[in-house]
Amino acid sequence: MENTNKRYWKGVEELKNDIEFVKNADREFNLDEIDTVEPTHRRDFLKVLGFGLAAVSLAACDAPVRKAIPYLNKPEDVEPGIPNWYASTYAEGGDYSSILVKTREGRPIKIEGNKMSSLTKGGVGARVHASVLSLYDNEKLKGPKKGNSDISWEDLDKEVVAGLAKGGNIRIVSNTILSPTFKKVIADFTTKYPSAKHVTYDANSASGLIQANSESFGQAVVPSYDFGKAKVMVGINADFLGTWIAPDVYAVQWAETRRLSSAKEGGKREMSRHYQFETGMTITGASSDYRSMIKPSQEGAVAIALYNKVAAILGGSPISGAAVNVPNLDNCAKELAAAKGAALVVAGSNNPAVQVVVNALNSLLGSYGTTIDLGNPVYFRQGNDTEMNAFINEVKGGQVSSVIFLSNPVYDHIRGAELGEALAKVATSVSFAAGADETASKCKYIAPAPHYLESWGDAEPKKGFYSLMQPTISLIYNTRQAESSLLTWAGAPSDYQAYLKSNWTKNILSGGKSWVQALHDGVYEPGASATASSGASFGGNLAGAATAIAGIKGSGIELSAFETIAIGTGNQANNPWLQEMPDPISKVTWENTIAISQTTAKEVGIDQGDWAKLTVGGKTIELPVLIQPGQAHNTVSVAIGYGRTAAGKAGNVGANVFPLVSNGQYWAGDVKLEKTKSGYTLAQTQTHNTVMGRQAVIQESVLSEYVKNVKAGRFEPQLQTSEGFKKPGQITLWNGHEKKNHSWGMVIDLNLCHGCGSCIVSCQAENNVAVVGKAEVARAREMHWIRLDRYYSSDAPHEEGYSPSGFRAMEIAAENPDVVFQPMMCQHCSNAPCETVCPVLATTHSSEGLNQMTYNRCIGTRYCANNCPYKVRRFNWFKYFENDSFDYHMNNDLGRMVLNPDVTVRSRGVIEKCSMCVQRIQSGKLVAKKEKRRPVDGEIQTACSQSCPTNAIVFGDMLDPESQISKILAVEKEGRAFNVLEEINVQPQMTYLTKIRNKEGVAKTEAKAAEHAHGEHS
Amino acid sequence: MHVVSPIREKLVLSGKSYHDVTEDICKQVEGEPTKEWKIVFGISVLVLLYGTAWVLWTWWEGLGVWGLNKTVGWAWDITNFVWWVGIGHAGTLISAVLLLFRQKWRTSINRAAEAMTIFAVICAASFIVMHMGRPWLAYFALPLPNTFGSLWVNFNSPLVWDVFAISTYFSVSCLFWYIGLIPDLATIRDRATGMRKKVYGALAIGWTGGAKSWARYEDVSLILAGLSTPLVLSVHTIVSFDFATSVIPGWHTTIFPPYFVAGAIFSGFAMVQNLMLITRVVYKLEDYVTLDHISLMNKIITLTGSVVGIAYITEFFIAAYSGVEYEKYAFINRATGPLWWSYAAMMFCNVVSPQLFWFEKIRRNIVVSFFMAVVVNIGMWFERFVIIVTSLHRDYLPSSWTYFTPRMGDISDYIFSFGFFFTAFLLFAKFLPVINMAEVKSVLKSSSEKFPEKVKKKA
Repeated sequence: MENTNKRYWKGVEELKNDIEFVKNADREFNLDEIDTVEPTHRRDFLKVLGFGLAAVSLAACDAPVRKAIPYLNKPEDVEPGIPNWYASTYAEGGDYSSILVKTREGRPIKIEGNKMSSLTKGGVGARVHASVLSLYDNEKLKGPKKGNSDISWEDLDKEVVAGLAKGGNIRIVSNTILSPTFKKVIADFTTKYPSAKHVTYDANSASGLIQANSESFGQAVVPSYDFGKAKVMVGINADFLGTWIAPDVYAVQWAETRRLSSAKEGGKREMSRHYQFETGMTITGASSDYRSMIKPSQEGAVAIALYNKVAAILGGSPISGAAVNVPNLDNCAKELAAAKGAALVVAGSNNPAVQVVVNALNSLLGSYGTTIDLGNPVYFRQGNDTEMNAFINEVKGGQVSSVIFLSNPVYDHIRGAELGEALAKVATSVSFAAGADETASKCKYIAPAPHYLESWGDAEPKKGFYSLMQPTISLIYNTRQAESSLLTWAGAPSDYQAYLKSNWTKNILSGGKSWVQALHDGVYEPGASATASSGASFGGNLAGAATAIAGIKGSGIELSAFETIAIGTGNQANNPWLQEMPDPISKVTWENTIAISQTTAKEVGIDQGDWAKLTVGGKTIELPVLIQPGQAHNTVSVAIGYGRTAAGKAGNVGANVFPLVSNGQYWAGDVKLEKTKSGYTLAQTQTHNTVMGRQAVIQESVLSEYVKNVKAGRFEPQLQTSEGFKKPGQITLWNGHEKKNHSWGMVIDLNLCHGCGSCIVSCQAENNVAVVGKAEVARAREMHWIRLDRYYSSDAPHEEGYSPSGFRAMEIAAENPDVVFQPMMCQHCSNAPCETVCPVLATTHSSEGLNQMTYNRCIGTRYCANNCPYKVRRFNWFKYFENDSFDYHMNNDLGRMVLNPDVTVRSRGVIEKCSMCVQRIQSGKLVAKKEKRRPVDGEIQTACSQSCPTNAIVFGDMLDPESQISKILAVEKEGRAFNVLEEINVQPQMTYLTKIRNKEGVAKTEAKAAEHAHGEHS
Repeated sequence: MHVVSPIREKLVLSGKSYHDVTEDICKQVEGEPTKEWKIVFGISVLVLLYGTAWVLWTWWEGLGVWGLNKTVGWAWDITNFVWWVGIGHAGTLISAVLLLFRQKWRTSINRAAEAMTIFAVICAASFIVMHMGRPWLAYFALPLPNTFGSLWVNFNSPLVWDVFAISTYFSVSCLFWYIGLIPDLATIRDRATGMRKKVYGALAIGWTGGAKSWARYEDVSLILAGLSTPLVLSVHTIVSFDFATSVIPGWHTTIFPPYFVAGAIFSGFAMVQNLMLITRVVYKLEDYVTLDHISLMNKIITLTGSVVGIAYITEFFIAAYSGVEYEKYAFINRATGPLWWSYAAMMFCNVVSPQLFWFEKIRRNIVVSFFMAVVVNIGMWFERFVIIVTSLHRDYLPSSWTYFTPRMGDISDYIFSFGFFFTAFLLFAKFLPVINMAEVKSVLKSSSEKFPEKVKKKA
């Protein structure tokens, strides 16, 4: 049929349909400059007008925003929504970290490590992470005080200066001060008041170590230790990965000796060997290869025995010492001797005699000049117990007329009670405490100093390693830096910032380094290029030390006072993040306990769930009992830092053990234990101790097996099908999720995780995780998004027969168990069981491998939490903010300033869980997008991976072949890599690497694995 | 050839006439409430008030008032839900399935059983809403059109299936119950005066009692029975999917659908037994609810109890046979772990105790029957508790293992459901005929113990 549709055209151009015409067809004027001159088209005018009108009226309809204050005059360097970072320094009582502070709209909200510091290398401990919350503690003093009444700074200055001017002895009491400029201020003060003297003590004293070094080498210092160079390392009651001197520094070094690689060529298959002799279980003991239990009174004897055994091999004269029957001593000595020049022995004892023997041993082993550097000492502990004792005697004797406190000795010194009573005799007493703590409340004046995030300052943690502290927020309360106060009282200009700058430019910075650059970097390290000192000759009195040690008599049950990672010496006790951070070993929160071994507990007649009265020399404390596997028999351990009475509403928990260890050695003998009540539930976040032989959860082996086979200890389930055995991933009902662009994931190396718990607090700070308090933790309702599963080995055989009695035996941890830490957070399963069961699609999968939670959509059926095999989902049982039942930081305006504005505060009734820090991923992607590139590996970090000092957690894009995670996985896929619970085929984005111990023989679980492979799953 | 069973069981005793039936049953509706009713009703209302206060407190404060924790996300809430839904099953079974099977003995108990179903399903639904963290958003679970773009329910989720199953079940049950009530409502209307006449008249929606009405009534009953019969199986099957489709050892079990249905009938019959035995005494209906009825119910209880018993044992066998480590542990832990007592209670109450009904004397003993029905319902509550809590509290990662301890919130919110159930049932028993008069009359001729002569003549 003929086509009757006629075509008409406007012109010849349309008929020909040439390119130029088509391009300009819908333009009225064919003029190029219209486009170039006027990007908004004339014809769009009405559209834009209409949109503008609609947008304005829509915006006007919106609910009013409460308390959002626009900048009238926007500060030059603050962009709403964009964080600013400042380099600063955390230095509290000798604990040190070089840090970066993240501020949002002028509020510090997060602390990260400063990788420019070659000392801490970006390592940041839990207490440092939590310190940002202490900034917003609303129980701090709002201004200076005289007694209980307010006073103006002018009046206070007048009165204090009058008091100081009266003459008499003036004492400045502090913990270790790392700041060289502060010391200069004190020197200036002393010039003005010649009767002034600075007394330093530490609640976690290393005075014995310093004294021993003075005796042995003529240098009263704490040397630099390099665990990274040690092939064999020994700790004698020294928790160097957790709390001893500078754990963040040592942990990084230690981890490098534990890192393995399954690469076919050049893969590292060597590990250090780590012996630990200790009383209570610490994370250092838990991470060691061989752990032996000793009583605190045996520290010296163990050191002597080791010395004698090493001397017998290397040639040295033995010294007299009591025989000790402690396992692993012989092997330890043999290996130490064999590793001469790459060996390191450290002891936590505060007894100079013990430290002298350890020095002699290290000297014998050639450690000085290799693993120990006396020439470049660290200044983390400068306390002098003798001077402090003398000071307290002076106060008691009424010989001190003025005292200025920078610390809290009434609480954290063993003679604190005596000091507290005697303080009334001091005419002028001033404390710089931020709150009315135990000491400050007994002082006449409190001149509150601001938090370090509001302050100027500096630190010299190690000879030649300087770092700067700068304020990241203006003063919250009417406070004044201690340095300014001292300068004022000394009659000098009180501007500490100027003082600091001038001191730095004059005395510290050299070689053209600028102040601004140093402030920007946060660190200035002329000492980094200093050569390590060569060996030192031991000149101590070994025989004298042996005699002193022989005089140590332990008897009965011995008490060991130790420091926990979370609370430390207790100066941040009022920090709810730290109180709720489970102890990595005991998993107890919000209180200290009497840790005791099962055997001793039975002998004494107490059990977990009881409270007991602990009496030493007439002094008594009452605490709940904790059955602690690995606790030496006939000993109990009690943490210091608890039992504060004036810390604040979160901090006044537990009991104070300082008065009970009155010898200054952090232990005491002849402990009496009496049960007082029972039926108590400890607030523990983990109540089941063993892994019940479940190899799909923890996979481990020993080094000798790993060297032979990189898959040693791996558990590879096979499922029986009609077509033979198949791996779980090969049979599936799932369609999978396409990941086109990114596939975010993590690799977690169980060998490097030493359980420091930094990730827990870092995650809590980043993700606005609520604090729920002791009662709720006891009900197993803590909200942490990442937890540190800690498993003890059990002596019970893994029964194939699955009998009830067999299982019950497996629930009981060994007396001195092997320990594994397993960081556990949302595994972001690709076949996520939680996603299918949510009735309302509140939890869904992203195109980048993330399992996402939509809080707004969640109706709180908790089905997802039930169906999560990893039990990582957390439910908001209550409203945890603005609720007087949960009176923590989220219940006051100041405390809420710490909240991360990028993360929703969850309402009650919804489920929450690890988001893999999706807010960081999104912002990292945006930054990259603006620069028209792909995100670079390492640019985006999750809170946990960034805070991990040993890099046990590596985060990255598994689709980026150049990323660290892809490289690790490429090597470890046929090696140590495994998914937890592989047989249920949930395909997690998280991969774990097997735990390898440098132990002889086949690991217990390994033997089981072999047996297992022929058993159920093959 | 027409086959008639030689001995017909006697379903109505004491030679009741049609008028006697009407009188006996309407008496309660028309008269002043009895003293017993007032006492029991008073107690029920008090319990309901106490429970309501706690439910409101739960909503105000949050689910933290319960004893749940990070590992055990469901305990009493879903236990109660499944338990009440299960109880509801008996009503449907009696009305629908027994109707289809022409079991005439059902006539005197079906009304109360159906009412019980409805109230039980309401109780169950209350726990669905109550267990939500944000119950005010419960409508999110319905596939409602919305303005949020593609926001929709997750049809993969068994909880959504539950929503459909329960709401279908509830509406069909209500319809069935109401249709059955119409002739009796008309009877009451015809005897009443004043306001009552108007109310019952409205409820009777113009029932005339004509032949055509009866024919339609019969048809609708049969159709509804046909519709409800698959529901008896499907509702609890779907409820069991809440567990069966999960990955939790002890939940992930293919035997659940038949096992749950049997359990539901088991507990439902026990509950009907309880209610009927009370009503029988309080309302003096011994001639309508006879020992034969009780004995028949007991037989079904024994049968279904044994079915669940076999299911329990099968689960253990499959756990051992599967070779799955977690499965094996889940079941050993169930029987010997920290919650062993709940397992023991379940086994004893559900499997062991109903075996007593093999003895006819016991089967026909009213006191024992009543007591046993209570025991069975305790056992069935524990069955759900065992499945939910013992599976959850120790699943895959031992680090997260916890224990479950109920708190006042759990207990009181459960008590709430009893308060509601009994209050509603007592109101029903007072204002509606507890026995289906029309249907009892229909069996009078064939199954009365001695059909009165004068009636026989008239008939």
